Amino acid sequence: MADHAHGGDYDAATGKTTTGHSWDGISELNTPLPRWWLYTLYGCIVWAIIYWVLFPAWPWFGGATKGLLGWNSRTVVARELDELRASRSAMNDKLAAASLQQIEATPELLAFARAEGAAAFAQNCSPCHGAGAQGSRGYPNLNADRWLWGGTLDQIHTTITHGARWTADPDTHAGVMPSFGRDGLLNKEEISTIADYVRTLSGNAPDAGADLAKGKQLFIDNCSPCHGEDGKGNVDVGAANLTTQVWLYGPTKADIMHRIEVGGGGVMPAWKGRLDESTIKALTVFVHTLGGGK
Amino acid sequence: MSATNQAPTPKRSLWDYHAIFEKNSIILVLGILVAISIGGLVEIVPLFFLKATIEKVDGVRPKTPLELAGFDIYVREGCYLCHSQQVRALRDEVERYGHYSLAAESMYDHPFQWGSKRNGPDLARIGGKYSDDWHRDHLRHPQAVVPASIMPRYGFLEETPLDGAHIADNMKTLALVGVPYTQDMIDKAQEDLSAQGSPDSPGVADLQARYPKASAHEFGADKRPLTEADAVIAYLQQLGTQIDFKIYDNKANIR
Repeated sequence: MADHAHGGDYDAATGKTTTGHSWDGISELNTPLPRWWLYTLYGCIVWAIIYWVLFPAWPWFGGATKGLLGWNSRTVVARELDELRASRSAMNDKLAAASLQQIEATPELLAFARAEGAAAFAQNCSPCHGAGAQGSRGYPNLNADRWLWGGTLDQIHTTITHGARWTADPDTHAGVMPSFGRDGLLNKEEISTIADYVRTLSGNAPDAGADLAKGKQLFIDNCSPCHGEDGKGNVDVGAANLTTQVWLYGPTKADIMHRIEVGGGGVMPAWKGRLDESTIKALTVFVHTLGGGK
Repeated sequence: MSATNQAPTPKRSLWDYHAIFEKNSIILVLGILVAISIGGLVEIVPLFFLKATIEKVDGVRPKTPLELAGFDIYVREGCYLCHSQQVRALRDEVERYGHYSLAAESMYDHPFQWGSKRNGPDLARIGGKYSDDWHRDHLRHPQAVVPASIMPRYGFLEETPLDGAHIADNMKTLALVGVPYTQDMIDKAQEDLSAQGSPDSPGVADLQARYPKASAHEFGADKRPLTEADAVIAYLQQLGTQIDFKIYDNKANIR
């Protein structure tokens, strides 16, 4: 029984040597690892040691080893962000310095602001207002030239900066429609009568037999403080213009009745803080030039 | 062959000692255990002593009872299977989501929700990005607000009353593993739970004294029972908002 540590007997049948290990008389042929594999393994070990020396690697009491290169992911990302800001600064500084009106009047700035605004819109605004700013039920269409909080550059800028009914921002747009039905300010019949009248404001047909005179009186008593006697709304309190075919919550009588019943209004976050000022400016110009700016 | 049959060799090489492991399975298993333990100890033990492991950051607080209930539903529904909660320190991620995540921000999550699977966007900084109503619409029917979304509908959450009966027990358990819930917080869990669902309720001031910057939501908790959707929205709306990054000193925390 051969039992050497290394090297074995010559095996005549195969022409190879054995490992020298013999198990109950059965010997194992010596078939070493392929050299390329073995050298790759050694190479990896050497690489790992170099890596430990150059980069942060071993946790130790009081802090991990820092590595000779001083590489640090937080430093790297800070530097990359600085470089990014620097690369944009030529245009961003101009954007920050110019007024909104000047941006729109300068083709170069306008093109940059619209491009940056489009990117920021896709990431931040489209979940509510839609990819094409077309809005959806409860979320205003920004192409329609109808503005709850005003459609001038400065008004749009204020709305983006401070949001609407966003309680965390003290400068946010305030103004909430009362829950006329739920809070018992109007009964079901009165709400129905008002809804018929409201539909006529935009040229839609009321239900047959609707008492429009009474509806008008109820509208003036309850709704006109915000929506105006002519129903054209008021951007100071976010009261919608009721005389157009642009509807935030739908044009049917049921939609209108439900809105009078529950009141309230949509909430838009304040973007100040989350977005920097030049991005908000770019967004303002982008939204203003979508097709509905005043 | 057993080792006892081995003829002694006059000059023993290192390989002969290795034969001890090869020929005795118990010794081999013990050897494996020792080797793995050394690896584990070197990697893990220093973390318990490193101040750097979890940096202390102002503003991080335990979740309120309602947020905690929302967190449990978030885990129950497997939201983590598609949404990570970790903004990595990479330029494109910081550009898209905001400041990279700090370890402190998930120190009270059991289990943590970092994840690496992003079928949906990262949610580490989702808090305050959209309105409560949007979250409700989106949970009910994601495609109604984001047509390209592949997220399933979770409308049943707003039809399921929130079972908050065990929230105090839950907090007690978390306190055992180091979440700093005080006895006062645990005793007042039910009050805080309902106060956060109704901004006009008198309990809001107490809630905010116990949990700084906790925001009460217009869920109408004074008129109807809270639902699971309410809890999830309360949880989502505080994600990533606890640290004020205007104050946080990045440079001091390079490590």
